[in-house]
Amino acid sequence: MTTKEALYQYTLRLGDAGLILSQRLSEWTSKGPFLEEDLALTNITLDILGQANLLMEYAAQLEGSGKTADDLAFRRSERHFFNPLLVEQPNGDYAQTILRQYLIDVFDFLFYTELTQSADATLAALAAKSVKEITYHVRHTAAWVDRFGNGTEESHARLQKALNELWRFTDELFEMNEVDEVLLKEKIAVDLNKIKPIWKQQVYATLQQAQLSIPENVFMQTGGRKGKHSEHLGYILTEMQYLQRTYPDAKW
Amino acid sequence: MATDNQGPLWEVFVQKKSGQPFVHCGSLHAFDKEMALGNARDLYTRRGEGSALWVVPAAAIVASSPEDIGPFFEPANDKVYRHPTFYQIPEGIKYI
Repeated sequence: MTTKEALYQYTLRLGDAGLILSQRLSEWTSKGPFLEEDLALTNITLDILGQANLLMEYAAQLEGSGKTADDLAFRRSERHFFNPLLVEQPNGDYAQTILRQYLIDVFDFLFYTELTQSADATLAALAAKSVKEITYHVRHTAAWVDRFGNGTEESHARLQKALNELWRFTDELFEMNEVDEVLLKEKIAVDLNKIKPIWKQQVYATLQQAQLSIPENVFMQTGGRKGKHSEHLGYILTEMQYLQRTYPDAKW
Repeated sequence: MATDNQGPLWEVFVQKKSGQPFVHCGSLHAFDKEMALGNARDLYTRRGEGSALWVVPAAAIVASSPEDIGPFFEPANDKVYRHPTFYQIPEGIKYI
């Protein structure tokens, strides 16, 4: 695998994570728990979509055959998406959405902070822009984890249920393959082994503060890096790609 | 969307630039200080409106009531000498 091929795969993978997550989150728009929180989550969703859009544009450029970001977003099937399984999991109740988002926000914060040091100038610049946005996202979702965890009996129970449901998708965030190896040599990629212990430390601290018990001996799910997804991604793509599939090249 | 349990009301003040006054721009619902500040950021500064924020519990604001207009504000109307423009400044005065 050449560096350029690896860089395309890497950028696409990051773009997929943001695209699928923002598509998932957008399901909440206009249905949030109350007006202010609806807007707050929609802001976060748009930040993530914006990050994904820039990554997709860069990926399209790297791919080099004249494809656009839209082609990558709307004209690939399930097996050609490389997002982690966590981002495609259903929203569930608000506790589940918040917990999923919190776990991802901490990861993204650490990841993009490291990526600002990338030898690839474009990725480094994208990362610098993203870190500012993500800093706010973590603050927002961590505060909700605390509120739910230390709130009422019901909010605590719902948050614990969400943690039990989602914990099995967390290991995959740190998986590395040939793409990472090629790019690590070039100092382009982030060493995920390096950020894993920091992520664990931060997340454990927040979850313990929220009086949650972290599931043990969980069988960790995997597959996203290889394009093997849970059944949920197909439904997300069906909705997201509907227009381009029904009316190819439609413009307005 | 629930309308019955959105938390107490807060008033939001935005400062456009450092040194300028904080200007009231609206209100919001939130359950605690941090949420109020975050919601203010999300509701009122999305388009570069400010560089600093105050949020104040609406209940903490002491306001005059419409009935107060007479005793509070009308007595000022006929006291033109309270305006600096009332006074003529003699020519030749350098420092005032």
